[in-house]
Amino acid sequence: MQDLGIRVLIEGNNLYRLMGGLLVTVKIALISVIISIIFGIPFGIVMTSKNKLLRLVCRAYLEAVRIIPVMVWLFIFYFGVPKLTGIHLAGDVVSVIVFSIWGTAEMGDLVRGAVTSLPKHQKESGKAIGLTNVQIYRYIIIPQSVRRLLPATINLVTRMIKTTSLVVLIGVVEVLKVGQQVIESFVLQSPSASFWVYGFIFFLYFIICYPISIFSKKLELRWKE
Amino acid sequence: MDIDFILEISSLYLEAGKFTLKLAFIGIILSLLIGIFCSLVNYYKVKFLKKIVNWYIELSRNTPLLIQLFFLYYGLPKVGIKLGAFTCAVIGLAFLGGSYMAEAFRGGLEAVSKAQIEAGLSLGLTKAQVTRYIIFPQALAVSIPSIGANAIFIIKETSIVSAISLKDLMFVTKDIIGIYYKTNEALLMLVVAYLIILLPLSLLLTYVERRLRYAGFGN
Amino acid sequence: MALLEVIGLNKYFDGFHVLKDISFSVEKGEVVVILGPSGSGKSTLLRCINGLEEIQSGQIKLNGEVINEDSTKWHLIRQKIGMVFQSYDLFPHMTVYENILLGPLKAQKRDKKEVARQAEELLDRVGLLDRKNFYPRQLSGGQRQRVAIVRALCMNPEIMLFDEVTASLDPEMVREVLDVMLELAKEGMTMIIVTHEMEFAKAVADRIIFIDGGEITEVAEAQEFFTQPKTERAKNFLNIFNFKEYKKGVDNNEKI
Repeated sequence: MQDLGIRVLIEGNNLYRLMGGLLVTVKIALISVIISIIFGIPFGIVMTSKNKLLRLVCRAYLEAVRIIPVMVWLFIFYFGVPKLTGIHLAGDVVSVIVFSIWGTAEMGDLVRGAVTSLPKHQKESGKAIGLTNVQIYRYIIIPQSVRRLLPATINLVTRMIKTTSLVVLIGVVEVLKVGQQVIESFVLQSPSASFWVYGFIFFLYFIICYPISIFSKKLELRWKE
Repeated sequence: MDIDFILEISSLYLEAGKFTLKLAFIGIILSLLIGIFCSLVNYYKVKFLKKIVNWYIELSRNTPLLIQLFFLYYGLPKVGIKLGAFTCAVIGLAFLGGSYMAEAFRGGLEAVSKAQIEAGLSLGLTKAQVTRYIIFPQALAVSIPSIGANAIFIIKETSIVSAISLKDLMFVTKDIIGIYYKTNEALLMLVVAYLIILLPLSLLLTYVERRLRYAGFGN
Repeated sequence: MALLEVIGLNKYFDGFHVLKDISFSVEKGEVVVILGPSGSGKSTLLRCINGLEEIQSGQIKLNGEVINEDSTKWHLIRQKIGMVFQSYDLFPHMTVYENILLGPLKAQKRDKKEVARQAEELLDRVGLLDRKNFYPRQLSGGQRQRVAIVRALCMNPEIMLFDEVTASLDPEMVREVLDVMLELAKEGMTMIIVTHEMEFAKAVADRIIFIDGGEITEVAEAQEFFTQPKTERAKNFLNIFNFKEYKKGVDNNEKI
């Protein structure tokens, strides 16, 4: 039988299945990003607070999350938590939990960076022209912080999407897993299937992440003072 | 928690830890070389090469390591390129880390002022000598914190090479969970092993960052 | 034959004609001071002589040889032309000693012992031998600039270019640097100096070249230039530095 070659990608409903798998990945990434932003912003603001104890606790959380590889966190929540608590969670739920914990820490650090990098005199010159505290935040602090924050946040989305590829290792059926299935079922018609399928998935990730990171870079350049 | 069991498996973790470190070390060195090369190509705006380098950086930055590994390890043999799992992991890590190191080094190069270069040229040094004796050492010093952060990043990224059946810390952990069902002990040892590797590095990095920030050899 | 000769030099920056048809020559052992208002092109001219700026037309000759036509040979030419910059530009990652040795060892590939002896001798002469293992950040501005001069001298250049070397120094440090330069002049070093220190210019210069708007508008013996400037522009320029006739509370307009 003749090797299908690259046509393995469009054979039967393969393309449709692969895209479905990709959607799982992207969904996990997007849900995690949204949760990370929701929790990360207050977390970051708390990190700039004057209370030393509060800052220390936040710092500890951030460092603990950062120092352990995400893959290890996935293992802890996928294998460890059920053993300790008796609660079994599906792989995709575990993924969202772990990525949200990780994302919240990263987002918080971005927010902290954006807020603390504003020079102090910005606030003072706001006071000097007679603005109230609320007005200072509304017209000076927030607009400037957003400009510093947005490119990095968009960048976090691509990091999240790339990291989401790991969920296959805790049994989530996503694009890579679907790819494996396609390769297995076409092992006879298409011996070279794994080259094309994995190459295609590689390409898919690039096609998704590249425009996002270009956008983030453009924003950053435009908003550079 | 089964202490005896932990002692029993600790030698497995030691072996796996050594493997992780060895892989990471080679990955970091290659990443550094690739990174330095790429950043110099961009710094001197070398025609043609610059285009290739920039495409490489975009590819590396916008694809996950896991997919790179699958493609290298499972995909390439089908078109006649057979690489061992370890080689694949090294290539993958270097491919990924290279672009991060390039970014770190770019920052260092940009920090060297034009006046420094001119001072070197006015002494009759060639461009290559100016690069080697004046630009390079200063750029390296400035980029050390980012290089350190990237090194830690690369060590953490090795945690997925068990996907191409390399016997690293994750692989051992999964094995022990599968065979003995001692999940808590295995996970504890996993975390401890990574902390032993990463914590000192991370503290060292914080220390170096602080010192550089306060001292610096800049005028 | 002149040591250095510049013939019909033209230089443009983004279409802006910054140096217009500059021609002059410098004899061996001569000290030439270039004066002129800010932005007149003095520093650019020095940088062109050292190949740090490209020129669009004209010739630069050292010992009768054209040096500006083969850009791959500039590093060899620069070994014969010492240059000192306004911002010292010592290499911050090297000690004073290493700064001085870099050029002689790497560019000229000279013997280390011989260079080391010369470096110590020169450092001693500028009073900085005890600082040889210091890093630039540990030195004052005046000390750094003296080291920068030694660094250039240690290459045994045939001519030295000084580009406003005291302009970013605190006033009390200017003297120590100028003294080193006066000493050099006395020893017969060929020098081209761009400066704003008028009294120093008077003391050190054999000849003054006055540049305004990218053109040489006057060339004169130092004595003559300061006492009887020929052009209106030079007169105006010199008057800026003249405070003698000002008296507080007196209307000075008539005196100028």
